Amino acid sequence: MVQLLDSQRPVPVPRKPWRKAPSALIPDLLIFVASLAAAEAMIMLTGFKGKLAFVLLFVLFSTVGSMVLAFHRRGATAMSNAMASSFIYLSIALVALPLLSIIFTVVSRGRHALRLNTFTQDMAATQPDSPFNQGGALHAILGTIVLVLLATAISVPIGVLTGLYLTEIKGRAEGLIRFLVQAMSGVPSIVAGLFVYAVWIVGGHGGFSGFSGAVALSILMLPTVARTAEEVLRLIPNDLREAGVALGGTQWRTVAMVVLPAARSGLITATVLGIARVAGETAPLLLTIFGTTAKHFNPFVGPMSALPLYVFQLLNTGLDIAIARAWTGALVLLVLVSVLFTLARAFGGRAKA
Amino acid sequence: MSDSTNEKRNERDDVSTQPTERVTVSSLASVADRASRDPRDPRPAGADLEARGVHAWFGAHHALADINLSFSAGTVTALIGPSGCGKSTFLRTLNRMHEFIPSAAMAGEVLLDGVDIYNQGIDVTKIRLKIGMVFQKPNPFPSMTIGENVLSGLKLAQIKRSNKEGLMEECLVRAGLWNEVKDRLSAHGGSLSGGQQQRLCIARALAVQPEVLLMDEPCSSLDPGSTLRIEETIRQLSESVIVVIVTHNMQQAARVSDYTGFFLSEDGPGRLIEYAPTREIFSRPKDERTEAYVTGRFG
Repeated sequence: MVQLLDSQRPVPVPRKPWRKAPSALIPDLLIFVASLAAAEAMIMLTGFKGKLAFVLLFVLFSTVGSMVLAFHRRGATAMSNAMASSFIYLSIALVALPLLSIIFTVVSRGRHALRLNTFTQDMAATQPDSPFNQGGALHAILGTIVLVLLATAISVPIGVLTGLYLTEIKGRAEGLIRFLVQAMSGVPSIVAGLFVYAVWIVGGHGGFSGFSGAVALSILMLPTVARTAEEVLRLIPNDLREAGVALGGTQWRTVAMVVLPAARSGLITATVLGIARVAGETAPLLLTIFGTTAKHFNPFVGPMSALPLYVFQLLNTGLDIAIARAWTGALVLLVLVSVLFTLARAFGGRAKA
Repeated sequence: MSDSTNEKRNERDDVSTQPTERVTVSSLASVADRASRDPRDPRPAGADLEARGVHAWFGAHHALADINLSFSAGTVTALIGPSGCGKSTFLRTLNRMHEFIPSAAMAGEVLLDGVDIYNQGIDVTKIRLKIGMVFQKPNPFPSMTIGENVLSGLKLAQIKRSNKEGLMEECLVRAGLWNEVKDRLSAHGGSLSGGQQQRLCIARALAVQPEVLLMDEPCSSLDPGSTLRIEETIRQLSESVIVVIVTHNMQQAARVSDYTGFFLSEDGPGRLIEYAPTREIFSRPKDERTEAYVTGRFG
């Protein structure tokens, strides 16, 4: 019998029947613990030694264990599924561990010299081995911010326009431009620095300055921005371009009003990747901004400092206190880059539906 | 319910029979020069769109051959035919969207009010302002709100206009969408259902006040309710705009159009096989291939 509508029946409680019950996870947990124990036992009882052996044995045991469990539960297909899952988790761990390890190392070593004056003072009147409550990285922080902003201001417009040439205009030079951009992305950073040094500084057009450094960084940033911009512009459906043009827009109006706004989030990603490419660069800065210990705002005249350079120059002193300061500089750089990324994301994601 | 449907049906019949009585349409398409218009034809002279000897190619592939068709103000023309017969290609030659395919080529003339839109020196963006288009897949601009989408044509073509709110409302009303979106004009176009998105695209096309509206299977991805709304919209639009609609749905062609052109490609480029008032195409087609198609025996 079909019951069509009965307002008397109570509304059922919403639930998620596709979720595993906690009790179903007990065997998986047992396998995890048993693998740990078995790996430990193997280390104690056999000739295997060290942490690496322990990790490898654990991976081996837990993979085999989960495969056996999956076979017992649902047969051979589930077993291969369990194996693939194990490998995926292993890969995630392989990627995440070095990253977490780097962050952990930088934080644990960088915190010793971290004081409020790290952010408020420069090193002009301070020796590298003075106590931690004197001097700071303010000049380097400012320098990095100025350099990154300048390099972004130079390379993002050029990079996006290059991407537009490749996806919207599709001109005759398309293949050549794409080849050049790819070749540029392989330029070693020291070569970018040398280029600016030889052509700009030795050539007498300018001295060591923030601007020279920003140009060197732009050479490195441009191909990343251009390639990523091309990728994201290519993903914009052609329907939208046709709709814009069919409404009587010129190609430029359609690109500016329809294509670029639709690609906005991807273009922000392109910018973020570009910044990530250059924020930590040291080599090109050695030859272009030279480094200084005093606050210096004007990027067009005179040497500047930047956090990577600050770290490099302090490490070179070989003094324990200076090295501790260098670690703090690295920590500040790490935080600064994350802040830049977060700002870019927040700014770029704002108008998203 | 059935009574009111019958009434509507009768009204529709009136509408669709009138042109038949008033205009003598030569057996096939070429109602070539305007002189052949029946002088007693009371319909507004208005805009006039005409294709003369239109061919189209994609690379070496000859997709469309020798199409002669004219569309006059106040009429809806349906283009029907099996997939690949060139009807969408033909539609795209009418507002110069054809040239967006890199390998495309064409021959022939498309006259809007007597001027060939393919003339050197014609501003193609102005042509597309006069000849609007609604695409098969709803394509509202994702970065704009519903209201901005409606007015996007003005911004794209840099048209200054006062009373934008009034225009926005008018277009949404004409597209049959106003009641559904009037409280959320600042929501994003992507938040609408497929049928609503398509009506938004129609409203967007209307906002630039085109003389011709080309519709490329506008209902192919829509549910029956939305389809009905859009068909009503098309009927209302036809009072002021030339409508040319490509459709795979023959009931739809019968419901909305005054004239129907049947396209077919037989081991060669697509050709116009038959063109006549819609009632004749569906009741007593002259060509047996048309008859086979409209009765569902192939295609």
